[in-house]
Amino acid sequence: MNRQFPFAATLETIGDQAFFLRSFIRSTFRSGFELNEFSRQSYFIGYRSIGIILLTGFILGIVLTIQSQPTLKEFGAESFIPSMVAISVIREICPVIVGLICAGKIASGIGAELGSMKVTEQIDAMEVSGANAVQFLVVPRILACMLMIPVLTIVADAVAIFGGFIATTFYSDMTFKLYFLKATSSLRFSDIVPAIIKTILFGFAIGFSGCWNGFNAIHGTESVGRAANKAVVTASVAIIVLDAIVVQFTKWIVYS
Amino acid sequence: MQKVIEIKDLTKRFKNNEVLKGLSLSVQKGENLVLIGKSGEGKSVTLKCITGLMTTDGGSIKVFDREVASLNEDELKDMRCRIGFLFQGSALYDSMTVKENLAFPLRRVLRMKDEKEIDERSRQVLEAVGLIDTINKMPGELSGGMRKRLALARTLIVHPEIILYDEPTTGLDTITSREISELILEMKEKYNTTSLIVTHDIPCAKIVADRIVVMRDGKSVADGKTKDLENSTDDFIRSFFN
Repeated sequence: MNRQFPFAATLETIGDQAFFLRSFIRSTFRSGFELNEFSRQSYFIGYRSIGIILLTGFILGIVLTIQSQPTLKEFGAESFIPSMVAISVIREICPVIVGLICAGKIASGIGAELGSMKVTEQIDAMEVSGANAVQFLVVPRILACMLMIPVLTIVADAVAIFGGFIATTFYSDMTFKLYFLKATSSLRFSDIVPAIIKTILFGFAIGFSGCWNGFNAIHGTESVGRAANKAVVTASVAIIVLDAIVVQFTKWIVYS
Repeated sequence: MQKVIEIKDLTKRFKNNEVLKGLSLSVQKGENLVLIGKSGEGKSVTLKCITGLMTTDGGSIKVFDREVASLNEDELKDMRCRIGFLFQGSALYDSMTVKENLAFPLRRVLRMKDEKEIDERSRQVLEAVGLIDTINKMPGELSGGMRKRLALARTLIVHPEIILYDEPTTGLDTITSREISELILEMKEKYNTTSLIVTHDIPCAKIVADRIVVMRDGKSVADGKTKDLENSTDDFIRSFFN
């Protein structure tokens, strides 16, 4: 009997999340979209994370180039470095790294903010006044994440490729124009589009996880911390799982 | 007299703890009904069940002759637009200014778009609760009593027919508690509202109540005017007033 409890609780959580998702979808398409709140959230999400994204992307490009250069040199394939950096950062590294950074920064922020609103009954106050709390609090946050995570990833891609070029100048005299041409000529439609779709899904996972955990914070300030923590963990796991699923789908669609 | 809230045999359980065990009470239009009882009796839970913030396990709650449990999402929203709720901790939106707190229900509930009208209505309720000087302040800059007043102003701004007060004077000093109690009475006369007030504060209850319901073990055990309950033969009921 005791063994059934965690299973039942998991099913209950999945059911509650399904209702929360339904409420999000319905509120998204209802009249009265909160454009100002959406813009504010988009600005905060982008502005709060741009510094760490620029730094991480730049260092990623440098490290990737420095570490792969000796091996490629052995095979006389140094000229492939721009293509290798571009494809690997655009297809996989930047989407996942940006996703995980944003899961830590944004999902925790949303979880803590909404969690504290929940325990101080601000969300109840919105609901009981007849306002749609999901439309005001959840929809702008999730949609802002779905917009800004791809934008931040594109910025990280560009900076990582530039970082790769800077590292290339340590051992060769390749011009930026040539480096850029080599990097972009190897890219295909099937490298870019699935990566962007993936980051939109990551944005959804980050926003949803933050909002869900915040809305379900109960019993005082301790639960606010727990909501923030759970938001980060669930968003990070969701990103890894979604990445594996999207990679598999891309493989089926592109290569079959 | 018309009953605007009617509760019959209400039950509510949290895991193994049955909080409400068949509560029955009714609130007449235009009256101030005070609900008193020990902590943990389910008084605040009752208010949350009335507004549909919590689901019930059994019994019936009718508001404006409509069964709350049978309302769909839109009907529940319409019902909530006619009810104001003053939370124990005021529940002010702390990322918004005083004015934005007041404008929130006007923009999102009444769908008002005219900024001039929103500003005018905000100033009117702030004047009514004596907080006009705080219009551009943040809730964090206000004292406990001012926060309660602002919460009351936010409740009143949509002209609700019923106001539910959850411990309106908790955490306030005696003088401020009296001021808030008198304000509740003043607002009732000014806006002609019906009120259900949950409180531990007997001086507040004595000021605002037309009728008092006493709760014990998740049920109502007494219902009457303040003087009748003060002179009750039941020690438990009398103990609240001594």
